[in-house]
Amino acid sequence: MELVLALAIGVLGGSGVWLLLRPRTFQVVMGLTLLSYAVNLFIFCVGGLRLGADPVLREGAGLIEYADPLPQALVLTAIVIGFATTALFLVVLLASRGFTGSDHVDGKDGAP
Amino acid sequence: MNAHLLAGPILLPLAAAALQLLLGERRRGAASALGALSCLGLLGFALALLAVVGDGTTLVYRIGGWPARFGIVLVADRLSALMLLLTAVLALALLPVVLGRWRRPGSALQPLAQFLLMGLNGTFLTGDLFNLFVFFEVLLAASYGLALHHPSAQRVGAGLHYIAINLLASLLFLVGVSLIFGVTGTLNMAALAQLVPQVPANTRALLHAGAAILGVAFLVKAAMWPLGFWLPRSYAAAPSAVAAMFAVMTKVGVYVLLRLSLLLFGAGAGAASAGFGSGWLLWGGAATVATGVAGMLGARELSRLAGYNVLVSSGSLLGAIGVGQPAVIAGALAYLVVSTLAVAAFFLLAGLIAPRDDAEEAPLLEAYDPGGLALYADEDESQPTQPAPVRLLAGGFFIAALLLAGLPPLSGFLAKFALLAPLVGAGAEAMMLFALIVAGGLGTVVAMCRVGIQVFWEDDWVFPPIHNGAVASVAILLGLCLLLTVLGEAPMRYLQATAAQLHWPDGYIRVVLP
Repeated sequence: MELVLALAIGVLGGSGVWLLLRPRTFQVVMGLTLLSYAVNLFIFCVGGLRLGADPVLREGAGLIEYADPLPQALVLTAIVIGFATTALFLVVLLASRGFTGSDHVDGKDGAP
Repeated sequence: MNAHLLAGPILLPLAAAALQLLLGERRRGAASALGALSCLGLLGFALALLAVVGDGTTLVYRIGGWPARFGIVLVADRLSALMLLLTAVLALALLPVVLGRWRRPGSALQPLAQFLLMGLNGTFLTGDLFNLFVFFEVLLAASYGLALHHPSAQRVGAGLHYIAINLLASLLFLVGVSLIFGVTGTLNMAALAQLVPQVPANTRALLHAGAAILGVAFLVKAAMWPLGFWLPRSYAAAPSAVAAMFAVMTKVGVYVLLRLSLLLFGAGAGAASAGFGSGWLLWGGAATVATGVAGMLGARELSRLAGYNVLVSSGSLLGAIGVGQPAVIAGALAYLVVSTLAVAAFFLLAGLIAPRDDAEEAPLLEAYDPGGLALYADEDESQPTQPAPVRLLAGGFFIAALLLAGLPPLSGFLAKFALLAPLVGAGAEAMMLFALIVAGGLGTVVAMCRVGIQVFWEDDWVFPPIHNGAVASVAILLGLCLLLTVLGEAPMRYLQATAAQLHWPDGYIRVVLP
């Protein structure tokens, strides 16, 4: 399971960085989204990966048997904030498209 | 009872912004009054906090009464109170320009400004890393809206880059925070400071990696070279009053770096971690100063020149944090206060002298040409016909230039002297920073002379109509700097005590985790 998760984070992060460096605004948005998925997964797994750990209190179970709740809380906050900022970025993207008539990040194609 | 003071600077702007949104367009007078009251209230809170923490107490507010390891804490010491006061003063000083100039319908400028204040105050008060992230996002989200206020093609283009780079920095922030959490199992700053010396050797590298990634996120905000190329363009494209408010935003990055580097990686962090990253800060700060001066000399737009001024000031501060001795930090704090106020005034002046409208580009300075005649106005040419407002602008520009270049007799010089004097004898690297900051001052003088000659001494510069609100704000900001010149002694004592307190993290830890 560690390998699958690590690969998923790596692939998402790599694709995100590549897309982020592309010249079209939509690609940048997609890159940021993929990167935030990678980061969210990363936060989720820093608490340690466990199979079958209890998420909620159970009668008679020790603290050691529970999944760490803090990364889950952190990831929830990060998802909400990332979602909101991406929505805001989309609005700016559309405004830029409206002003310049181009979806290039600099407002015009740099090709000579 | 005192501890409840800490919630005020966060809740007050939040409530004001919510009410302003509810009041909306129709009752704009009430909304403005609310904004003014909120700024006054913030100043009151900051002064009250200053009075309480001035004797060295550290105040802690535990939300819901939970112990610090489990709950959310707000902490105020001398540094937090100083930053709160600076923010409140800047907000109050900018009120005239905000109220007088921006009454266009459909603008959410005032609520956004209040949210920005909330984010700033929260950042200065929070005691754990994750709430630092949350408050950072609050202030960034507000700043996106402010930077895009009354959008034009140029503004939206610059805003797009600004948002993209800040979103990326936020993601780095999260990665750093989660790495630190993975190693130590806590995000409370005081608990972290306790745990750092005890981290086992095999995970210490991971802790350092987390701290470094976190540091990169703050260095993007503090605009260290080479992470700061977004700053001049974004700040130049923003409305001048917004850019003036943003002058304190780079200082947020500086504040967090100062706080965390001395709390987590101070002398008590053990041999393996003490002073982690200070070399990077020192050399990065030096490179930032050099970039800023070069940009200042080459800039053709006034607002961009002001942006490069921000780079010089944050570079000097980062370098000083890298040196890290108490006397240097005290000087750096003095420089932080004066340069924030002076840069804010300069952004407003740039807006008055060469405003950017939607329709036309801002007037440009002439291209740099050492052989050309542009630099040399006729010396004996007197212009008795200059109208009074222009002379007023010229006076304000002169004072701001003196403050930014750090020339005597104003407070800019005193602050720079307080920063530079302890650098002598602090080692070869500190001497390098010393030389660079002095050279940076010289570069500032040259750049300012160039602007002054071309704008005020040649008669073909077209001045736009003067806005009274902006002039009032500039007068308040420069007046405060002049006041600091006269007061000199008492603030400096406070700053020295602040630096001493920062170098004694045990006091902070003991109060937060009793």
